Amino acid sequence: MRAYLPAYELVVTRTLEDALALLRDEPGAWRPLAGGTDLMVLLEAGRLEHRKFFSVRQLAELRGIEESDGHVTIGALTTYTEVQRSRVLAREFPMLVRAAGETGGVAIQNRGTLGGNIANASPAADSPPALLAYGAEVELVSSRGSRWVAYADFHTGYKQTLMQPDELIARVRLPRPREGARHFYRKVGTRRAQAISKVCFAGLAELDGGVVREVRIALGSVAPVVLRCRRTEALLRGRRLDAESAGAALEEIAKEIAPIDDVRSTARYRARVARNLLAEFLAPPF
Amino acid sequence: MAREKKGDESSAERDALAREQANAAGGESEMDLLLSEDGEARRRFLKQALIAGGGLAAANLLLHYQTNVAAQTRASANLVSTQTATAGAIPVTLRVNGRDYALQIEPQVTLLDALRERIGLTGSKKGCDRGQCGACTVLADGHRINSCLALAAAYEGAEITTVEGLARGEELHPVQAAFIKHDGFQCGYCTPGQIMSAVGLLHEGCPPGMTVRECMSGNICRCGAYNGIVAAVEEARGAKA
Repeated sequence: MRAYLPAYELVVTRTLEDALALLRDEPGAWRPLAGGTDLMVLLEAGRLEHRKFFSVRQLAELRGIEESDGHVTIGALTTYTEVQRSRVLAREFPMLVRAAGETGGVAIQNRGTLGGNIANASPAADSPPALLAYGAEVELVSSRGSRWVAYADFHTGYKQTLMQPDELIARVRLPRPREGARHFYRKVGTRRAQAISKVCFAGLAELDGGVVREVRIALGSVAPVVLRCRRTEALLRGRRLDAESAGAALEEIAKEIAPIDDVRSTARYRARVARNLLAEFLAPPF
Repeated sequence: MAREKKGDESSAERDALAREQANAAGGESEMDLLLSEDGEARRRFLKQALIAGGGLAAANLLLHYQTNVAAQTRASANLVSTQTATAGAIPVTLRVNGRDYALQIEPQVTLLDALRERIGLTGSKKGCDRGQCGACTVLADGHRINSCLALAAAYEGAEITTVEGLARGEELHPVQAAFIKHDGFQCGYCTPGQIMSAVGLLHEGCPPGMTVRECMSGNICRCGAYNGIVAAVEEARGAKA
């Protein structure tokens, strides 16, 4: 047991309504604790400055994976293990399943949640690049109601989000990709397992007769936020995918990302790997 | 006070004799009492410390003392209750290995600390204390979790299983037996976590196409006994199938 640990408050809210009332009555005072796989690391290290938390893991309203005609909707409390066990996600959103499988070990995957991964807002998180490439939308709920926001707009700066202090992440909605789309996800870390990424790449491309109908490219660990590379996408969209367009995209992505030197890697290595991963994503055969 | 018995006396008798001699000499040091396993002596010392207004030291002792009582009571009572004097403590009942423990703990107490320091089940080990090593792995409703990353208060109502809950009397759980058979350890520190992870694997399943090594990911063995661990888990899986 640690010699000293500051006092924390933990409230277990029984219903979503109770949780939202707590957020409404004292906005900013209470923060959600789901799987705890990020927050508890800070707590153990004595670096968890916020002191008042409410546990959300018992809120059934935030669980479950639902299919509709155009979308698959995932509850914020869905764990990485549940993501990996979902048939519809394995069939239609393989990058998200892969990301879940490469996040931590099994015991982490049993508790870490998709909503938590989003809320923690780490630029090195594994599932956000996949969510960005799939064009995810996030539902934020409060006692005032509910709103859907594009996940691409969600992270506004390093560890900053557009969430209001009384809001909670409820669900994530993914538009179902067309059959035959290319899904390409690669996490590059120090090891193949149990490592935080140096670069993480997710790309989705839908082609019509060799022409790029839709493409979404996202990267982790190369900017203050998980980055949707819109300029690179714009260069490719509507163009025939060939050496020329791919070359232009490789040049553009180098300008679009802003990697840094840090404890896990160098800016130079990250820029090179990001470019290589894009090249692999765009390489034939399509 | 004089005792004639010599030679074949048990260590317990020797300790009792030493205490009696110390009492007789009127010299009962604090250290003697702290080292003693004698609950009576601890209580006496505690009383003295409290009377002396020992402040923080006494408060800390109080906590330790009560932990000790909890551990001692555990064997005989179905519902164990600890009464700590710590500010901010809340009542939390944990169900561990089929038994309920009514605790008074602070909200920031981890499940691992609750198991080890409050309930007295020290089988679950503290390695990294940050979810990277797996030494603290326990099952919550049959699923593996890192107890160092779980707040005890958030696990009220869950069925917690620790390594102490596996064997049935003298009969080892098949996974425990397999670890011994295949020498799945060296120093043994990661072993309770490895075993609990393996038991969790049997319950959760290891999806087709994934290896045992992948499905045991998150449990680190610094000694590198992985070959034995994998062999043990393979055998336990085979026996179950």
